[in-house]
Amino acid sequence: MTETFILIPGRTTDQGCGISEGKFQDKYQNEIRALQVAPGDMARLGLRPGDRVRLTGEEGQSVEVCITAGKKDELPEGLLFIAYGDISSRMMTGDTHGSGMPTSKGMDVTMELVERAAQRE
Amino acid sequence: MTSASIEVNAPTASVPGELKIIADAVCTFCGCVCDDIDLHVKDDHIVEAKRACVLGKAWFLNHSVDDSPSCLIEGRPATLEAGYDRAAKILTDGKYPIIYGLSDSPCEAQRVAVGICDWISGTVDTTTSVCHGPSGMAFQGVGEVTCSLGEVANRGDMIMFWGSNPAESHPRHFTKYSLMPKGLFVPNGRKDRTCVVVDVRRTKSAKAADIFIQMKPKKDFEALWTLRALAKGLELDPELVHRETGVEFAVWQDLMERMKAAKFGVIFFGMGLTMTRGKHANTEALLALTRDMNAHTRFVAKPNRGHGNVTGADNVVSWRTGYPFGVNHARGYPRFNPGEYTTSDVLANREADCGMTIACDPMANFSQPAREHLASIPFIALDTKDTPTTRAAAVAFSVATYGINTGGTVYRMDDVPIPLRPAFASPHPSDYEVLTQIENRVKKILGITG
Ligand code: SF4
Repeated sequence: MTETFILIPGRTTDQGCGISEGKFQDKYQNEIRALQVAPGDMARLGLRPGDRVRLTGEEGQSVEVCITAGKKDELPEGLLFIAYGDISSRMMTGDTHGSGMPTSKGMDVTMELVERAAQRE
Repeated sequence: MTSASIEVNAPTASVPGELKIIADAVCTFCGCVCDDIDLHVKDDHIVEAKRACVLGKAWFLNHSVDDSPSCLIEGRPATLEAGYDRAAKILTDGKYPIIYGLSDSPCEAQRVAVGICDWISGTVDTTTSVCHGPSGMAFQGVGEVTCSLGEVANRGDMIMFWGSNPAESHPRHFTKYSLMPKGLFVPNGRKDRTCVVVDVRRTKSAKAADIFIQMKPKKDFEALWTLRALAKGLELDPELVHRETGVEFAVWQDLMERMKAAKFGVIFFGMGLTMTRGKHANTEALLALTRDMNAHTRFVAKPNRGHGNVTGADNVVSWRTGYPFGVNHARGYPRFNPGEYTTSDVLANREADCGMTIACDPMANFSQPAREHLASIPFIALDTKDTPTTRAAAVAFSVATYGINTGGTVYRMDDVPIPLRPAFASPHPSDYEVLTQIENRVKKILGITG
């Protein structure tokens, strides 16, 4: 399965606290490495929390990340959310379109399943 | 600026085992810069931060004295003197030095950093370029109808948040400034205000709103121009508006009626606008809408700024160079060109050949091509914590934390300067001290006297 989504990185409370507690600590690392997928999209694609997916951006940049279910009313279908950090930044390209700011929100990405959660256990 | 002037706010001495209380300390974790925090300090450790939010508590309670070396050269402990010498050599050897970061340093340190950049004919850029840089460009194009957060607290009866989620990024925004305060012209506080949140997700902030408008991603420009047209009384095709924005035309009409009926409207905007396709064009649309609304009533717009002193960085770089960020001195005078002299571009285009990062983490937050280039050039990093950037630096200084260990001045997100009240001394030097030492050596190498 490969489908196109819009990736929205953003701030979260745990990501913000993690900056002060230490970027190499588990709290921060767990927060910035969890991709939220809308429950409707998960059901439709047969995805489960903990499954590993690959996101690929418009210029071929890609990351692998584990998924978690977004809160039902928070994340509409078709959108993916991830806390700002190393993974979200790897999905940015070097081009800022003359603005100095890489497109860091609203990125078109494809998502494909790489590994089922159960397969890693 | 002498070192004495920044020491005016040096922390008072601690007595082992005794509780010290710092009243009205300043939290510099986010742009709200709350200056009403009571800190309880015991044995150089903050044990309580009264009134701080969850982010502020994490900030205060996790900055204790540590015994890490103050300077590492190529990952090995070194003396500060050796670090200053090596840093000055790196910066003066390079042909295209870049100095980047600054938004978590006090203004006094920012000033020295811009001075160094001037001496070495380098490029200076702040984290503004990757948060509200597009807003900085839009301010120049459209202008800014603005006010202080005190005015918002006392007057604002229509509070809008566009592409901003303060419930998670600025947790005391609602209670201290924008929604809850009982003010002179809004005596009943929250009851006297209407709160509107416009976003592509139903964020935690949406729960605080009277009206939540969930719009199509990447359609901010179209939505804002819809409102501009409505403000001017122009006719629009309802179906087209719905298709483009993902929101019924009647919802935008209703919003405009409420905006016109307000006595004092405020639009706080965030990176939902500036980081999304359209960037400065999105912000220009929002600032132009705000300007248009003043034909009907009083309306202002304010960016919700992230880092504690990113607003100070804009101010200091502006009064030192005439421009707010992305400033190049290669020709001996300042030139401003976002997209060329901004750090993401200078690194991703492989132009800089050396650099200095101050209180920022580009090795975690930049695009892959920019990170790869930064890792390939010699650079100096100043930070309070161990980060991917300090680990990749040729010279890494572990510095004291501003607001907790050092004094100085920061600018709140509404450009109000606030003096810091530090809690306890750190064994590490301040970034002001490190930068001053590097500046002295740079001047010596370049033969500059005075
Ligand atoms: S709102 Fe911001 S400045 Fe105020 S206490 Fe929280 S993190 Fe600190």
